[in-house]
Amino acid sequence: MILDRNIVERLQAGMPLVARPYDAVAEALGVAPELVRSRVAAMLADGRIRRIGAVPNHYALGWRANGMSVWDVDDASVDALGAAVGALPFVTHCYRRPRRLPHWRYNLFAMVHGADRGEVEAKVARIAAVLGDAARAHDVLYSTRILKKTGLRLGAG
Amino acid sequence: MDELDRTIVDRLQTGFPVSERPFLDAARSLGTTEDELIARIDRLLHDGTLTRFGPLFQVERMGGAFTLAAMSVPAELFELTAAAVNAFPQVAHNYAREHPLNMWFVVAAETPEGVDETLRRIEARTGMPVFAFPKEREYFVGLQLKALASAVVAQ
Repeated sequence: MILDRNIVERLQAGMPLVARPYDAVAEALGVAPELVRSRVAAMLADGRIRRIGAVPNHYALGWRANGMSVWDVDDASVDALGAAVGALPFVTHCYRRPRRLPHWRYNLFAMVHGADRGEVEAKVARIAAVLGDAARAHDVLYSTRILKKTGLRLGAG
Repeated sequence: MDELDRTIVDRLQTGFPVSERPFLDAARSLGTTEDELIARIDRLLHDGTLTRFGPLFQVERMGGAFTLAAMSVPAELFELTAAAVNAFPQVAHNYAREHPLNMWFVVAAETPEGVDETLRRIEARTGMPVFAFPKEREYFVGLQLKALASAVVAQ
């Protein structure tokens, strides 16, 4: 729906910081404010909007060590084990991704955050315990800098 | 970062109301005023504690596509390459990481073809190969991190 797309384009840079932000979007689009609110509610309900709120810079919150742990896991067991790793309370994201041999042998990615690297390493050890012998190798790629974090931009092509 | 900042960051990561005066409604549940909440969010955005305030979209449910991608960039070319990659509006975020593959970014576009095209254009612009790591299965996504006691205002 074109209205939904226009609303997304208006909101993707962020919620207007005014008392009636949805009215501000409605005014810019020339539609009724109730219509904007009902379409945003519909997009929340069907999952096109995951959530609405604050997106923090993890570093600023004290999470200084951000490790992307990557694992070379036997293909036959990666889905069962990936679900188990994703269920660990401290894993923020967990995905299966393709290998890029010979440059990249890892097929399971699990993001782990800590106040320092020691905390990340302790959490990585718990992942290793879950994976056991099915993990043939692993590495942890620490982020050293956020180069860009703007989120989705529709209309970009 | 004071107690109210911490409350805003921790409790307002989700559930911002879809109402006529959402800042007023949120402020009441957080124990502050509408004006104060708007001013705090504005400051937290400007000082870098928040990178955004608003909706988070699920690209695939909007009909779009995205992938994680990585490059191995020589140190002396790193800043130039980061600027070239970041200049693409399809690059949603980009992190420097300690590894031979030292630049990791997410490319989002309205179609899978748009993602592939962007990856090719990044390769052409930078003269370096881009490895794509599209998600094959998602096991878990979405834990929201709280502010630690050691949190400080970002520079």
